[in-house]
Amino acid sequence: MNENRKIGDVILDLQNISLSFGGVKALTDISFNVREHEIRAIIGPNGAGKSSMLNVINGVYRPQQGEIVYRGQHRKDMDTYAAAKSGIARTFQNIALFKGMSVLDNIMTGRNLKMQTNFLMQALYWGPAQKEEIEHRRKVEEIIDFLEIQHIRKTPVSRLPYGLQKRVELGRALAAEPEILLLDEPMAGMNVEEKQDMCRFILDVNDQFGTTIVLIEHDMGVVMDISDRVVVLDYGKKIGDGTPAEVRSNQDVINAYLGVAH
Amino acid sequence: MMVETNKTGGQTFPRMLLQHAQARPGKPAFREKDLGIWQTWNWSQVADEVRALACGLAAMGFKRGMNLAIIGDNRPRLYWAMAAAQCLGGVAVPLYQDAPAADMAYVLDDAEIDFAVVEDQEQVDKLFEIKQNLDRRNSLISHIIYDDPRGMRHYKQQELASFEKVQELGRAFDKSHPDFFMNEVNAGRTDDTAVMLYTSGTTGKPKGVCQTHGSFLAAAQGGVAFDKLNPDDDILSYLPMAWVGDHLFSFAQQLVAGFTVNCPESGDTVMTDMREIGPTYYFAPPRVFENMLTTVMIRMEDASALKRKMFHHFMEVARRVGSDILDRKPVGLTDRISYAIGNILVYGPLKNVLGLTRVRVAYTAGAAIGPDLFRFYRSIGVNLKQLYGATETCAYVCLQPDGNIKFDSVGLPAPGVEVKLAENGEVLVRSAAMLKEYYKRPDATAEVIDSDGYFHTGDAGIFDEEGHLKIIDRAADVGKMNSGDIFAPNYIENKLKFFPFIKEAVAFGNERDMVCAFINIDMEAVGNWAERRGIAYAGYTDLAAKRETYDLIAECVEKVNTDLASEALMSGTQIHRFLVLHKELDPDDDELTRTRKVRRRFIAEKYKVLIDALYSGKTSQYIETQVKFEDGRKGTVAADLRIVDVKTYDALKKAA
Repeated sequence: MNENRKIGDVILDLQNISLSFGGVKALTDISFNVREHEIRAIIGPNGAGKSSMLNVINGVYRPQQGEIVYRGQHRKDMDTYAAAKSGIARTFQNIALFKGMSVLDNIMTGRNLKMQTNFLMQALYWGPAQKEEIEHRRKVEEIIDFLEIQHIRKTPVSRLPYGLQKRVELGRALAAEPEILLLDEPMAGMNVEEKQDMCRFILDVNDQFGTTIVLIEHDMGVVMDISDRVVVLDYGKKIGDGTPAEVRSNQDVINAYLGVAH
Repeated sequence: MMVETNKTGGQTFPRMLLQHAQARPGKPAFREKDLGIWQTWNWSQVADEVRALACGLAAMGFKRGMNLAIIGDNRPRLYWAMAAAQCLGGVAVPLYQDAPAADMAYVLDDAEIDFAVVEDQEQVDKLFEIKQNLDRRNSLISHIIYDDPRGMRHYKQQELASFEKVQELGRAFDKSHPDFFMNEVNAGRTDDTAVMLYTSGTTGKPKGVCQTHGSFLAAAQGGVAFDKLNPDDDILSYLPMAWVGDHLFSFAQQLVAGFTVNCPESGDTVMTDMREIGPTYYFAPPRVFENMLTTVMIRMEDASALKRKMFHHFMEVARRVGSDILDRKPVGLTDRISYAIGNILVYGPLKNVLGLTRVRVAYTAGAAIGPDLFRFYRSIGVNLKQLYGATETCAYVCLQPDGNIKFDSVGLPAPGVEVKLAENGEVLVRSAAMLKEYYKRPDATAEVIDSDGYFHTGDAGIFDEEGHLKIIDRAADVGKMNSGDIFAPNYIENKLKFFPFIKEAVAFGNERDMVCAFINIDMEAVGNWAERRGIAYAGYTDLAAKRETYDLIAECVEKVNTDLASEALMSGTQIHRFLVLHKELDPDDDELTRTRKVRRRFIAEKYKVLIDALYSGKTSQYIETQVKFEDGRKGTVAADLRIVDVKTYDALKKAA
């Protein structure tokens, strides 16, 4: 199904990243890269450092050591604003939407960075601001259409079931038209049907918009089915990296998941 | 640019389309909500679009007499595809879009489909699956035209073409053959088959009902004149295109009256879209009206005490005088004033929420509607009426005239229709709006049309003293109890189904000593009820088996029994025992037809153990049932079902 989607060069390269909180080492000397247009999964047992890794990529955490190369630019760390501005969007493990706002408005906030007019003009809905808003709204409507959530367009997010909230969060991330999309457990707590829907949306995003996707996921079936390459973390260390088949046969990975006799 | 159509061969739908394009080119013909915004096409644009598509189809090899399959939700382009096929002297064959591939395969094969216009990837996948799996005898499905390009980027099969591509091809073809289109339209004759609608097949395989331009025109013209429909009317088209009702309202009547067809964004947004459009002419099966009322009632229960009180007070007023006011019957001044206040405080806002504010005429058909449900809508000022018809009669047999509504009848024979009853009570119909034949089934055609030209509907009915027709059941389903009483299962089930807690019911009693019933609870209504009482449940099966649920349902059944006891002919058919089924009856499991009619014989066979348990006096019965999920996987549901007895009443004498 993916013959048209060409996996390109390395777009994001993480080199020897180490991150600690006081005496706790969250990540130790981790290196891996992400190629353009691929679906890259990060897996590992609880507390392996998966979410920390995502937080390093989009600048929430600053690693004490290591270097991040993003589109040829070397940097010591990212900061959240620069990450968003340069095309990295994400969703969160615990949904982080504006609960009282409608689906439409939530997704619209994803367009924030793309808006040119200033606050005053927007508040007055005047001249260029009006034109801009219409343009952004059109884009948001396309995303609503894409994610098939027309029926809840005007519903406050807090009234939606969990699975739909996850979809709305994906919509908000998509609204930023990201180059890299970081998904933190997009399928956690979903039933089989919702998982299947989500998988299809992730594959469609990757396929239709060519978005590079880095995702954390616990459901091994999902990971093995949709990702191109998988990196495995355990206790903050990288213990495996490769295609799903390679990772599945890696003894360290099997040990980490099933435990070993001591 | 439109050329005058000639009149030989009589009126056809393509001719009507071109006439509208001339008479009212700028008036909206179709609207569709796309990306959150209502897009409009006027008559002249529609005529152009249809012309381009027709020419494209012709360029691809679509010939006079061929059948064009149309599969998808209600989309303007799919309606245009019907018109385009008819322009070329072809026959439109709309299919139920939610039918699984296996069901669809039969129809595609039977109709010898070579060309299909479909909505999206889902339908394209289905067609390819069918094409692969079936040994092709008749149809080839060599051309598949899709409307929505989403997800279609990697499809490289040579059968495929996008709607735009075909139209592009058509425009080029039109340029090089400028006379072609009008020649084709002018070659159309009123007695050509215009559309083929497959019957849902309560019994046996589906049959293609061939309807001519003339027959659907007769039905549409009759209805349009009867209800004074005009080009300013708006309707919302959301019912399956393969259903005769939608074809009559959204296609035939549109082309006769010239009103606007509005297509909702998706199946899930119908309620919102309906509010935005505010249709003036509305058609829905009773189930939709029932769902609306259920939602209203649930929301009212959650409203504040003051609002609840106000609602119930004014609903009482409406119940008393609402229908009479609608029918322009004399009503006292104080009641009129109360009703006017109620209209401002309750009925008006309620109608607005439901999108019924502008409705001038609303129809329901397809199944009997509970009198209380029917009364509710009429009492708040919605001119809801019933009609009676079948696929074979273009859904045009009986209509309820404005101001002369009887809740339990389907009205008087429509203009131009002769109705009489056979000896066994079966309704017989003769009119211009009747099927030409069943496709390739002369045997079946001969079975339903007798030598006098009457169509045998298969429904059992009675005329009341004013000539209103009352349908009691399918003629084949009406049976006799051992006591000699007439047993009309549908009649009993409909009474049960009026309760918001009961979604589906199946009554048994033919050649038995007593009537017993299966009940399907309404998950939404009962779930909400349980929630408010703090009853915990894990899912449908669990909720259905709760003691509290049984008590609730038993109460409803008892009320039905009191009701039946008061009717002279029906008092012997009160329900003695019932059980609540562990799963919802589902078309995917073949228990209901696609139009949600109970498949009686199938259910009787599938749940034989349960029926035996009902009649053997057992108090519980274990059952395991296979179910099909939406994605085609199979699973089983097992449960130990309780069976309970209900109180029955002595026949009441009607008060003199």
